[in-house]
This record gives sequence, C-alpha cells and structure tokens, in this order.
Amino acid sequence: MASETVAFYLFGAIAIAASLLVIAQRNPIYSVLLLIASFGALSGLYVLLDAPFVAVTQIIVYAGAIMVLFLFVVMLLNAPHEDTEYDERVHPLMRPGPMRFGAALALLLVAELWWALGRGGDSGGFPAGAVASVGAIGRSLFTDYGFAFEVTSILILVAMVGAVVLARREERR
Amino acid sequence: MVPLNHYLILSAILFAIGTAGVFVRRNLITILLSVEIMLNAVNLTFVAFGRALGSADGQIIVFFVMTVAAAEAAVGLAIVIALFRHRESLNPESFVSLKW
Repeated sequence: MASETVAFYLFGAIAIAASLLVIAQRNPIYSVLLLIASFGALSGLYVLLDAPFVAVTQIIVYAGAIMVLFLFVVMLLNAPHEDTEYDERVHPLMRPGPMRFGAALALLLVAELWWALGRGGDSGGFPAGAVASVGAIGRSLFTDYGFAFEVTSILILVAMVGAVVLARREERR
Repeated sequence: MVPLNHYLILSAILFAIGTAGVFVRRNLITILLSVEIMLNAVNLTFVAFGRALGSADGQIIVFFVMTVAAAEAAVGLAIVIALFRHRESLNPESFVSLKW
C-alpha cells in the first residue's frame, strides 16, 4: 500500500513538472519531448488505477504516434524559436499581460477545484476488485458503444482527408 | 490506497497548466501541445472515476478521447503547415487578417 502511495506522488510530480516545463520552454522540440515524459508518467498513473489497456494505449498512440507527428512537424517547419525580437528578449512566461491573465486563470481554476473537492469530504479509497479487464472493455466497445465506434472510424477518415487537403501545396497555374 | 480526490486534484492541476499554456504561449505548436495536456488531464479524471465506480465505461471514453485527439492533432498540424507557408511564422499574432 505504501509503495502505491509513493508511486502516485512520484508519477504525479513528474507529470506536473514535465507539463510545467512544456509551457515554459522556448524551443518546441524540447516541449514535445517533455510532453512525452509527462505522458509516460500519466501512463504509470493509469497502471496504478488498474487500467493497463489505457496505459498501453497512452504509450503507443499518444507518446508513439501523436507526439511523433508533432515532432515531425516541428522539424519540418524548422522554426524552433518564437521569432520576434520581443520574444527573444522577454521570456514568454514573464510578459505582463499573458502572465497576469493566464496565471490568474490557472490559479483560480486550481483553487476552485481544490475548494470543491475539499468540501465534498473524504471520497474514500477505491472499491477492491471490480477491475475492468481488456476483454470486458472490448466487449462493451463493440456492443454498447458499437455505433460510436463506427462513427469514430468515419471521423478518422474525414480527419485524414482533411489533413491531406489542407496541407497540399497549391498548384501554380 | 490513494483516495480519489488526489487523482482529481492532480488532474485539475494538469488542466490548469494546459489552460495557462494556451493563453500564455505565442507559438501555434506549443498551443496545440497545451491542448493535448488538457485532454490528458480529462482522461485521467475519466479513468479515476471509472475505477471508483468499478465500470469499464471510463476507459472506453478515454479510448474515444484519444481518437478525437489524434484527429485534432492531424488537422491542427495540417493547418499550422498551411499557415506557415503563407506567413513564414508560427506566431498567432501574424494571422490577424480577419480581425477588424
């Protein structure tokens, strides 16, 4: 039990630290790599929550596919830095306007949620057992959520066609 | 065992970081990354609640959220590439033609 608590705080700390560094980095390549670290820590949290399927999907789909897509675009565009002189001089997190508004909004959100969760009293631990196995997930996915599953495949198809159309170079006439 | 509240607070902190990133950063790719942080924070909430309720539905919703995130990333990055071709910049302040 104690080791589980230690693992939770370790993974949580890694996730928060990596996410903070993602938005504090100037260079998008470092941001993408740090976000992969954050996703790895989240995957560990999913294992702690008895959700191995989601943990593996997180690594394969998110860290493996989506982040590689981001990394590919960052390297393709070859514009690593925020490119005005003002951006070079002042760190993005230290600017007056965004600093005040973004930080205030984020702190307000955390404070509100903290307050709301604190008032609810102790939610207690999780019920023992009752773990959703991969088999149960698959059965539910193809029966109860069958329609949503098929619609998702159409969504992916539309996104694929849309991405190709949007990124296509216009022909010169 | 770690109580459910701790997972929810962790998720709230991650979501707030993502929100701050969207408002603070001036780089289209970093803004998209911040959106991914927010989506992941919500995923953590879904899995934690699903575990607390002892049902598989939370994990199935996460599956759909991941699909939508993949579609969003593909289309969003295609738009970023198209915009970069026009202006040679990733700063959202250079795309203000529609602003009056």
